[in-house]
Amino acid sequence: MVRDITLGQYVIAKSPLHRTDPRIKLVSLVLVIAFLFVANTFSGLAVMTALVLLGMCCSGVRISQYLRSLRAVIILVAFTSVFNLFYGTGDVLVQWGFLQITTGGIRTAIFVAVRILMMILASCVLTFTTSPNQLCDAMERLLKPLTYVKVPVHEIAMMMTIAIRFIPTLLEETDKIMSAQKARGADMESGGLISRAKALIPVLIPLFISSFRRAFDLAMAMEARCYNGGKGRTKLRVLQLQRADFIVLMIVLLFSAATLLLRIFVTNPWW
Amino acid sequence: MTILETQNLTYIYGAKTPDKTTAVDDVSLSITAGEIVGIIGHTGSGKSTLIQQLNGLLRPTSGKVLLNGKDIWAEPKKIRQVRFQVGMVFQYPEYQLFEDTVEKDIAFGPKNQKLSESEVRSRVDDAIAFVGLEPSLRKKSPFALSGGEKRRVAIAGVIAMDPDILILDEPTAGLDPHGRAMLLEQLLRYHRQRKNTILFVSHSMEDVAKMADRVLVMDKGRAVLFDTVERVYSHSRELERIGLQVPQITRIMTSLSERGYPVRPGIFTVEQAVDELLPLLKGEVHPIGS
Repeated sequence: MVRDITLGQYVIAKSPLHRTDPRIKLVSLVLVIAFLFVANTFSGLAVMTALVLLGMCCSGVRISQYLRSLRAVIILVAFTSVFNLFYGTGDVLVQWGFLQITTGGIRTAIFVAVRILMMILASCVLTFTTSPNQLCDAMERLLKPLTYVKVPVHEIAMMMTIAIRFIPTLLEETDKIMSAQKARGADMESGGLISRAKALIPVLIPLFISSFRRAFDLAMAMEARCYNGGKGRTKLRVLQLQRADFIVLMIVLLFSAATLLLRIFVTNPWW
Repeated sequence: MTILETQNLTYIYGAKTPDKTTAVDDVSLSITAGEIVGIIGHTGSGKSTLIQQLNGLLRPTSGKVLLNGKDIWAEPKKIRQVRFQVGMVFQYPEYQLFEDTVEKDIAFGPKNQKLSESEVRSRVDDAIAFVGLEPSLRKKSPFALSGGEKRRVAIAGVIAMDPDILILDEPTAGLDPHGRAMLLEQLLRYHRQRKNTILFVSHSMEDVAKMADRVLVMDKGRAVLFDTVERVYSHSRELERIGLQVPQITRIMTSLSERGYPVRPGIFTVEQAVDELLPLLKGEVHPIGS
């Protein structure tokens, strides 16, 4: 049953975006999120929405998968936009006691909803098409300049990679320990909240101990292979930008520039 | 008398997903009260999945497990009761220890059985004696013990529930030869005193030969052979075909018999081989066709 939990969101598929360099995808995501906030006109918002939809189409992932990840946040989106509905200035459309819906309120409500939805969908495009390891790699490479101010970028990336690598192992271990304790009559399925929490102790303690054992073993194995941090370390798969990567980046920049221009030149708030 | 029986037991992992795998495939067998059964098979042959269904940790996809003639899943709410009757020692059981003293850890099972305090104490005493632990270790932390001692504490934790059937998944894995021999010796002694049924999975056909009355051979989820040690080991070519390492002495004797020497197949200890070969060497018997 623990095994049923899916980890990460990476969807194995062959698509242009799966092949794109993870660094480009990461930078693109940052750009998309930034320009969703740069957009202060409906036309600008539409441009960014179009970009996100384009990304979804090029990701080789079914729409239903995207909708599923939206399901968790739909309440948040609804809540914030309804809240914003009553919280604005402009022409009063409906007056209801001290509550009033204004044109400005409607405008912010739409902007907030679209921005949140697009941010989530854009992040999904990234996580669906990029494996966690690729992401770590990209982050390590992008944050490399920080090594000049003594930030241990390689070590942080290595820690993240190891953490991700061991999640399935720990889940399997949890499964085994739970079975072993159930075989000794541990009751984990019934009882109130407190007795259930107590029932976890026989699982958590062995799990904790075995995590430490694994950590020591891994550290030993890494040292035995002369691991001494990032200095002079080369990569098996060197990230190399291809022409297609530049095209992806160009498309994102183009849409962003359009949004910026619309912000500068469009003055009608309903455009 | 049959104590445990399976009928067309089948277990499929991920039954609803495209990559479903049949781990146990239509296994029907019956186990007699008081016998020791060795279970052998290649990695991934379904041994672990099979035994986990015998005490209700896994619910079969189809088929039945009958304990004393009753389907163990007839009342799913009472499945814990089954787990007390069919004790299960997992592989590397020392990784499940969690209490701060040895005796508390052993008492975990009996306490879950809701036994009285004095009953729990006598169960713990018995279990400690059965696995041959030093009584001075009782108040120690299980994590301060050696590997072999930890293993015995974990096994004692299951024995303390006083199960009618004891199932062990590779009880000697990772122990040194001395530790292996001692553990098997203690299990045999426990079996002789309690007269209960023992099933154990092993990779070592030597250990199985030493301990078991009957051997179950699993291959690709199916029970291929289930018979006495001697008869199973006489199929040594077939065992090798499914990737099992028969004892060295069995290999030698099989080769001899294939070359026409009149030796019995299914020999699995050096002593038997000596008895068999001595007359041959003394020239009392001659190879067929010479």
